[in-house]
Amino acid sequence: MAEFDLNNMDDIYFDALREIGNIGAGNAASALSSMINSKVDMKVPRVELLDFKDVGEAMGGEETVMAGMLLGIEGDITGSIMFLLEEKSAHILVGKFMQQMGMPITESPDGGFDEMQQSVLKEISNIMTGAYLNSLASFTNMTILPTVPSLAVDMAEAILSVPASIFGMVADKMLLIQTAFTGDEALNGFFVMVPDMPSYGKLLGALGVMQN
Amino acid sequence: MAEMIKVGMADLKLCMSPNAITTLGLGSCVGVAIRDTGNKVGGLAHVMLPDSKEIKNNVNIAKFADTGVAELVRLMEKAGARRKMMVAKIAGGAQMFAFQNNTQMMRVGDRNVEAVKKKLRELGIPIKAEDTGLNYGRTVEFFPETGDFVIKSVGKPVKTI
Repeated sequence: MAEFDLNNMDDIYFDALREIGNIGAGNAASALSSMINSKVDMKVPRVELLDFKDVGEAMGGEETVMAGMLLGIEGDITGSIMFLLEEKSAHILVGKFMQQMGMPITESPDGGFDEMQQSVLKEISNIMTGAYLNSLASFTNMTILPTVPSLAVDMAEAILSVPASIFGMVADKMLLIQTAFTGDEALNGFFVMVPDMPSYGKLLGALGVMQN
Repeated sequence: MAEMIKVGMADLKLCMSPNAITTLGLGSCVGVAIRDTGNKVGGLAHVMLPDSKEIKNNVNIAKFADTGVAELVRLMEKAGARRKMMVAKIAGGAQMFAFQNNTQMMRVGDRNVEAVKKKLRELGIPIKAEDTGLNYGRTVEFFPETGDFVIKSVGKPVKTI
């Protein structure tokens, strides 16, 4: 099979990457469900290869304020993974998480996230990406671990410029694995996984669609 | 009626007065606005990476600081702008996350800003104003008629440079 090339993607790779999204996000949804102690469903992930200029729109608008948590990936594959939540969803989740933990609920005066809420967001991203990568690891029989998260609350386009520029080094498009969660209230969350180029081959090889 | 032209990530466009031109949510990317102060021919580039020569995949020349700025200037000259009348304003180049593990991407915002400045210097185009670095996103609007470069960020007052 040909060398993996983001500029020239076969349907079979799309299917495999969608499967990766499915496996990871499904497990993350269960983690989320037990974290906030309420029902969470996951929609079938959308896997899209987007032109850079269309990335913001796909996230619901370039200027949509989102909380983005960026973590590195270490182990048998390397790269980065980003978990994004729309601002409103992030507030709902943080509230439920703090309530669940018996923590006093705080309101940030400017509508943003205070220091405690930011720590909670990072913890949520640890749990979510941990669950995502764990299921991927056991499915592919590889060691895949997240590093410490870093948080930004800003416009979607500005947050996504970080993974976009990593993709930009090897392609003119960006691969977005988009997963929406729904619970008692609508929760919009997205994963963007950015394996380093050699890791794509390992991942697709482990899924049996590509020779290592 | 003047219109607002939109430039996407890793893209560039021309803009003739009285129209204005915008790009949304610059993060580590840099917005480079150039105009001819005489005939008001302007343009805006949204560059994403510093150097086309470091990278194999360089088909989209708007993506890089070096080739993107050069291409914008070339298109502006084709549209009647004169090099010696050109001035630039730049914004963006933030470090959106406190740490990133990908070493190639370390300080990409800073490196984008440096690369844009270097290219503008090579082309002999002075930088009249800049709003770069720090850790937040910026939406910019550029008005070639006046040279106003309006910068909007989340939770911060709008400023014009």
